[in-house]
Amino acid sequence: MLSVWFPRLASDARLRRRPCDAPFALSLRAGNTDHLHCLNGQALAAGLSRGMALADARALCPGLVTEPANLASEAAVLSALVHMAQRWSPLVARDGADGLITDISGVAHLFGGEHGLLEDLHARMARAGFACAVGVADTRGAAYALARHGGGQYGGGVAESDRILAAIGRLPPAALRLDHDTVTGLERLGLRSIRDLTQVPRAPLARRFGPGLMLRLDQALGVQSEPVSPERQAPHYGVRLTLPDPIGLQSDVMAGLSRLLHRLCASLASNHHGARRLALELRRVDGVTALAEIGLARPMCDAGRMAALFARAVDDIDAGFGIDQLRLTAPVVEPMAPEQMDQTRAVGADKLHDLITRLGNRVGFDRVQRYAPAQSHIPEKSFLVLSAAYTDGDEGEVLAHAGRPLLIFPPEAIAASGPAPPARFSWRRMAFTTAHSTGPERIAPEWWLDDPAWRSGLRDYWKLETLQGRRLWLFHTPQAPAWYVQGEFA
Amino acid sequence: MPSPTVLPKLAPFRVHEVGGAGAHAFAMVQAGAAVGPVVYICPSHDTDRLLPSGVAQLLPPARLMMVQAVGEVDLLWATEEALRSGAVGFVIAAPQKPLSLTAGRRLQLAAEAGRCTGLLMIRDGMGSNAAQTRWHCAPEWRAPELLGRDSTLHKWSLIKNKEGTLGDWCVGWNEKARAICVVPPVGQRREAAQAAL
Repeated sequence: MLSVWFPRLASDARLRRRPCDAPFALSLRAGNTDHLHCLNGQALAAGLSRGMALADARALCPGLVTEPANLASEAAVLSALVHMAQRWSPLVARDGADGLITDISGVAHLFGGEHGLLEDLHARMARAGFACAVGVADTRGAAYALARHGGGQYGGGVAESDRILAAIGRLPPAALRLDHDTVTGLERLGLRSIRDLTQVPRAPLARRFGPGLMLRLDQALGVQSEPVSPERQAPHYGVRLTLPDPIGLQSDVMAGLSRLLHRLCASLASNHHGARRLALELRRVDGVTALAEIGLARPMCDAGRMAALFARAVDDIDAGFGIDQLRLTAPVVEPMAPEQMDQTRAVGADKLHDLITRLGNRVGFDRVQRYAPAQSHIPEKSFLVLSAAYTDGDEGEVLAHAGRPLLIFPPEAIAASGPAPPARFSWRRMAFTTAHSTGPERIAPEWWLDDPAWRSGLRDYWKLETLQGRRLWLFHTPQAPAWYVQGEFA
Repeated sequence: MPSPTVLPKLAPFRVHEVGGAGAHAFAMVQAGAAVGPVVYICPSHDTDRLLPSGVAQLLPPARLMMVQAVGEVDLLWATEEALRSGAVGFVIAAPQKPLSLTAGRRLQLAAEAGRCTGLLMIRDGMGSNAAQTRWHCAPEWRAPELLGRDSTLHKWSLIKNKEGTLGDWCVGWNEKARAICVVPPVGQRREAAQAAL
């Protein structure tokens, strides 16, 4: 077993992105105060420690640079490290919030023995900018203890096979993954090392501290087994095709693409995923990479349809002196449950989704829209405009309203005065004579929202039928007297 | 002469044109009579937008899908794609410039291939020779003492027809039947008409 401990995981990850040549710490708010969560080497050298109140730390070290910690990004960094550690063994799991545990039985010889493996690991971690301490032992508990409390070469230590107790005997009981109360209780009894624990009778200890202490001790010494359960990695959707000779014809690229799509779709389908976005990278012989990217209106894993939708994007690609590698990835995937085959409806719906995909890839998915109802009595806010690619048509139906026009536009001021509709007016350089007016319909602004368009207050809406034929929707604002045209009826 | 009381239907799987102030209402009525989804393609800078609660009187807004095209080329491309896709029943587009004969023919071929009817909302005098029919629609005011009050009257004139004759119809929206109905022209007494001659 190989245990890796990152003593400064969060600050290392942050300083990797933006280095800082000063004492640096990440602070975490717990209750009502900020505490130091993770420090860099300079801050530790200045006498600060983890868990110290931020105000105290500032008093001790006025030049301290701090930033709030982000636990979610810390977990993401650790899962990236899990991915990286798969280089050394296929069985990797996270161990706590700042460590990894790896089962390296039978793989160390690939790196020239355990020491070769540790050198490789340390070199790579140092290049990545992470400080780490490593423990190697036959059992998971012993490896953990050596990594965190070993203090030998590489920060941790190596326990030779069948000499576990010799390697970890001098370490304090806290190295056995015990809780704080147990550790304090053992201190009071004068049991200051793991070796001390093995030399006192087990039964009184178990009676006093519970079976957990004996379990941890047995796990560390190898009496009880404790396997590593590796995490399941998120499936990776990327396939590539490398060609012995460069290709340049569009039909050849499409043929290569269709091979890649079949492989990608098989892996998507086996994980019940559908691609929402596809990227095809074409590496040219002159080293330039051309990119063809498409979005899809629905999660999809149908190779034939995807190839047809790619045709236009591939059409725009300049092959230069030829393409010798194709790489297809699905950067955005969504879960897609298997669907019941339906002879009647599916074909038409698929064609419509393909149309939305083609339109969206050229004019933009936000410009292919559908209407959905909205909760507002303000006419221009009585509906939502949603992207058709992200709606299923089950948002409900906008209800008809006989007093609403067919067309609506931003209010256009006209010259008129008084609360009664004008007998004659001119709008868009056309003169109108009112023949019949219906109204007013008073609409009050939504006082709970500050909408600049409604700052003029109440609106009295009128439907005006003109002798010229057009039927217009006008409103008068009694609180700031003016007349506007806002719509036209059918 | 076509019958003054029967409105000719738009020939299916062809592209038609409509102009005038009542073009939007004409388009919505024709789309409501068609089967399947309706695609409405307009330029993105157009400030006149359809209001769904008003549209719902003529056509269920759930059938409507809008595309805002950024240029004239994109608008025509989107129209052709929508007509050719075979997934939609009716396509409405509002080109801003006169259509060339080539573009008009391409749209006709796309409509036939996709078995879909198209309607271009054109400005006055911008029609293409490829259009199957061209209509001019304008809302109309008629004094209530003539035939009672009706605030939905339109005058629809067929001003170009490749296969048939031209004509004028005065139509109104029948709310109960949810359909368009032809209003008989206002009768002029024979004597008065002859006296006027």
